[in-house]
Amino acid sequence: MYQTDMYEGMLAETVPIPGFQGQLIHAYFARPLGPGPFPGLVVAHHFPGWDWWYKEATRRFAYHGYAAVCPNLYERSGHGTPEDVAAKVRGEGGIPDDQAVGDLEAAMRYLRALPYLNGKVGIFGTCSGGRHAYLTACRVPGFDAIVDCWGGGVVAYGEDLTPMRPVAPLDYTAGLSCPILGIFGNEDHNPTVEQVNILEEELVKHGKTYEFHRYDGAGHGFFYYIYKAYRQEQAMDGWAKVFAFLEKHLQTAGEGE
Amino acid sequence: MCTMIVQQAPVEGSGKGAGGWFNVKQANVSYEHPFHMPWEYALNIDFVDESQGPGARVAVELSAEAGRALAEAILAVLQRAEAGGYIDLQGKI
Repeated sequence: MYQTDMYEGMLAETVPIPGFQGQLIHAYFARPLGPGPFPGLVVAHHFPGWDWWYKEATRRFAYHGYAAVCPNLYERSGHGTPEDVAAKVRGEGGIPDDQAVGDLEAAMRYLRALPYLNGKVGIFGTCSGGRHAYLTACRVPGFDAIVDCWGGGVVAYGEDLTPMRPVAPLDYTAGLSCPILGIFGNEDHNPTVEQVNILEEELVKHGKTYEFHRYDGAGHGFFYYIYKAYRQEQAMDGWAKVFAFLEKHLQTAGEGE
Repeated sequence: MCTMIVQQAPVEGSGKGAGGWFNVKQANVSYEHPFHMPWEYALNIDFVDESQGPGARVAVELSAEAGRALAEAILAVLQRAEAGGYIDLQGKI
């Protein structure tokens, strides 16, 4: 537990990492200063892109003791303002699932190569990032915890499946090798309450360890305090659930905030 | 991406973006999360020239109702222009 007479510091910067198929991509990396050991966290950004909210969230995780890395999943779409780049990706119908999984796996391996890692790595994502986090944690071994915040499109059928997103993440559930925390708003349209039910049933069917929190009065993106969707009470409770879950599964004995 | 509802249309014309006028070559029409309007989803139209990078973009975010009204207005104006014989004059000064 932090005390006011304790030293604290943080390093946060853009770093290059070898992403999918070894292609160099940018990532935002933040970690506490000091020798560690620190748990690691891969941060999968949302549909609006590799933006300031996600960099702030990455620093927030570092403040709470994590070596956190947020890769730019839109790197191949060029550079510009995060909004312009995300609009380009939106116009292209998203990014290929294999590429996103490859970049997020690479971010996990980047963390695992750090000399001050405590040996554990989780993955966090919201919106499309929640979907990408789920997909990655199901398809790639090496994660110790996943946080899926309102990941849309985990349950998908028919027209939802495209050449870039050929398989519903739900269909990879058998491969999930770590506990999952799900944070959802009951007024969300993607995922709907029914889709969250289907996901939960699939996790039960495969005997997975999960913890879901569903919030009344909240829709999509209720953590984002700059948007109308923000719900202060639900968001603060959700963040508390996120940090408690990560501490339980990623911190080793004797470590704390 | 969440809805994945998007369609591209080739276009010919000019748009005025943050860096001034440029030739627009494609319109990306989506019903997806907007960036500015405080809605979960919007009808988004981005007029772009991909060869100039992501910044070559003129964007609007509309309600579904506004999108339909705009589409009707565009078609109505073009119908009148066609009836008046103006369409054939395009490019002729």
